[in-house]
Amino acid sequence: MKSLQRIFAVVMKEVRQLRRDRLTFGMIIGIPTMQLLLFGFAINFDVRNLPAGVVDLSGSAASRGYVMQMANAQVIDIQHQAADARELEQLMRQGKISVGIFIPHDFERRLQQPERAAVQLLVDGSDTVVQAAATRLAAAARTSPYNDAPPPSEIRTYYNPERRSAVNTVPGLIGVILTMTMTMFTAVAIVRERERGNLELLITTPVRSSELMLAKILPYVLIGLVQVVLILLLGKWVFQVPFRGTLGNVFLVSLMFIVANLALGLVVSTIAQTQFQAMQMTFFILLPSILLSGFVFPFAGMPLVAQWIAEVLPMTHFMRLIRGVILRGASLQELSGELAILGVFIAVSMTLAVARFHKRLD
Amino acid sequence: MTSSPQDDIAIRTRGLSKRFGAVRAVENLDLDITRSQIFGFLGPNGSGKSTTIRMLCGLLTPTSGDIDVLGHDIPRDAEALKQKVGYMTQKFSLFDDMTVAENLRFMADIYTLPRRLRSGRIDEAVERYRLERLLGQFAGTLSGGQKQRLALGASMLHQPELLFLDEPTSAVDPENRRAFWEILFDLVAEGTTILVSTHYMDEAERCHAIAILDLGVLVASGTPAQLASDIHARVVQVEAESPRPVAKLLDRQPFVHSTAQIGSSLRVLVDHDLDDPVAATRRAAGDAGFTLRGCEAVRANLEDVFVSATQERKAKRDAGE
Repeated sequence: MKSLQRIFAVVMKEVRQLRRDRLTFGMIIGIPTMQLLLFGFAINFDVRNLPAGVVDLSGSAASRGYVMQMANAQVIDIQHQAADARELEQLMRQGKISVGIFIPHDFERRLQQPERAAVQLLVDGSDTVVQAAATRLAAAARTSPYNDAPPPSEIRTYYNPERRSAVNTVPGLIGVILTMTMTMFTAVAIVRERERGNLELLITTPVRSSELMLAKILPYVLIGLVQVVLILLLGKWVFQVPFRGTLGNVFLVSLMFIVANLALGLVVSTIAQTQFQAMQMTFFILLPSILLSGFVFPFAGMPLVAQWIAEVLPMTHFMRLIRGVILRGASLQELSGELAILGVFIAVSMTLAVARFHKRLD
Repeated sequence: MTSSPQDDIAIRTRGLSKRFGAVRAVENLDLDITRSQIFGFLGPNGSGKSTTIRMLCGLLTPTSGDIDVLGHDIPRDAEALKQKVGYMTQKFSLFDDMTVAENLRFMADIYTLPRRLRSGRIDEAVERYRLERLLGQFAGTLSGGQKQRLALGASMLHQPELLFLDEPTSAVDPENRRAFWEILFDLVAEGTTILVSTHYMDEAERCHAIAILDLGVLVASGTPAQLASDIHARVVQVEAESPRPVAKLLDRQPFVHSTAQIGSSLRVLVDHDLDDPVAATRRAAGDAGFTLRGCEAVRANLEDVFVSATQERKAKRDAGE
């Protein structure tokens, strides 16, 4: 009972201070909105005039017709004629072309054999937007009424074997945004009070370390959930992200992830001496979270060491959970393993934070 | 929980020491602080006053020595003590971005005052510490004196037996300081024990008992009157036409401990065992060709005690002790 009264006192204090901190308040709404819209621009980018190169070993009327047809779509702009495949690859490495069209000498014969690809499109996959555009291009060329016998093309993607889209990005963005904001909020929470001198007051009161830690994360849990709602709504309205799971599951999964990040931030806060140090440390969490969690690069393709590091980041588990829940409509039973890992993560971080926080100045 | 050896002792330390790396902040401190008194720590900055107070509250762990506060073994039993003591930090440590009323409510809740007592206690504090007109104001915008009244009111809400005040009046004008001390004496009359650190002599004189700290060592302790009569020096007040050269001359005399100028007169501390300090002083000045307008023995005050005590220790240090 007394414990509850003390927790309530600190929670109310945090809420009051938060309400008056305009910058932080702006961050709560601003970061999700800004990130989502920035990513949205990249996703909806209308690709035109990609620099392209052609190797035409066939030199036939049919091959010239095919190249012309590709050029007419205006997605690519044929700037280079190359002698062979090697030259084409070289042009791509140098960044002079994003798309290469390779027409073999037996182009006309291949057209008669539907099981063999007649043309090879080389695509610079280091840019996902280009990759997606080239995919559409190849499909368009096949179904175009311009040619009675559409040449089936084979696409070989370089540098990035997996194709992604807004559908995959938006659920992942929930993870990025929550990692960024949640860890940062609690990472500065205790350091800020130390810097302002409030900590010396707090530690002379009967409030327990565990009560203080709990009270520090409670207000932010609600803020995290508000952010999730915001991202989901924007994702639905702006990017038409399909929503297959139940809302309850999305919130439960997000809640676990929010608490995990807040607890992680608290640990940072007990280590850092200044707010600046706390910020620096959150970047050490944020960067691997974005890069290794499967948000940017597919998890399966990463070297083993990177996978091990990724497994200890809450974001990795959240990515699996949220994609499962939102895109595949998976049930919680099917994802219980990942949820349990987040639970363990929360328990360990909170214990660590409480153990590290001493009600002393030395 | 252990019980105090003597019930009228609020704080007892034996051999209390604290080191920060190579720096000896507090050395071998023995204190006995009586209940329902104002006990003062007098000393310059860096003398170990704050460090001692923090050790007594359990905020710092002593390097060695024993502490007993209100029957609690500190730092082992520090958490149990927290509900019984109030602590006013040197730097204002309430929340700048909350109003006076919000700060008071927060403190009432963090000390788990029962709801039925809460508003009554807050109202009392508001009246006693004259906070009525400031209730809606942000604590960060208060003046030095107002902040200090709020901090004291907030740390007394749970009616602690013992109150620690770490240089409470350093940002306060003289009028407010006076009012502040009146409140302290009210609190003592109600049974509170107060430990206050200061570097103001006039504040130290108001205390029931004081301890003079110098570089972490207790150099003298007792009531202000006792200390002034036990001083190991005598005080001569000198009036001179040109006090500066006279002060410089006297400083060079072997029997003179120190000189301090106050307006146009000099306060000279001389050897305790000098037969006639006034005659010795006159002779020294006369030999150098100075005529003194006045020269008389006066009663020692606390500042003399302080200077004499710290100088004695410096002399011992210089002698290689």
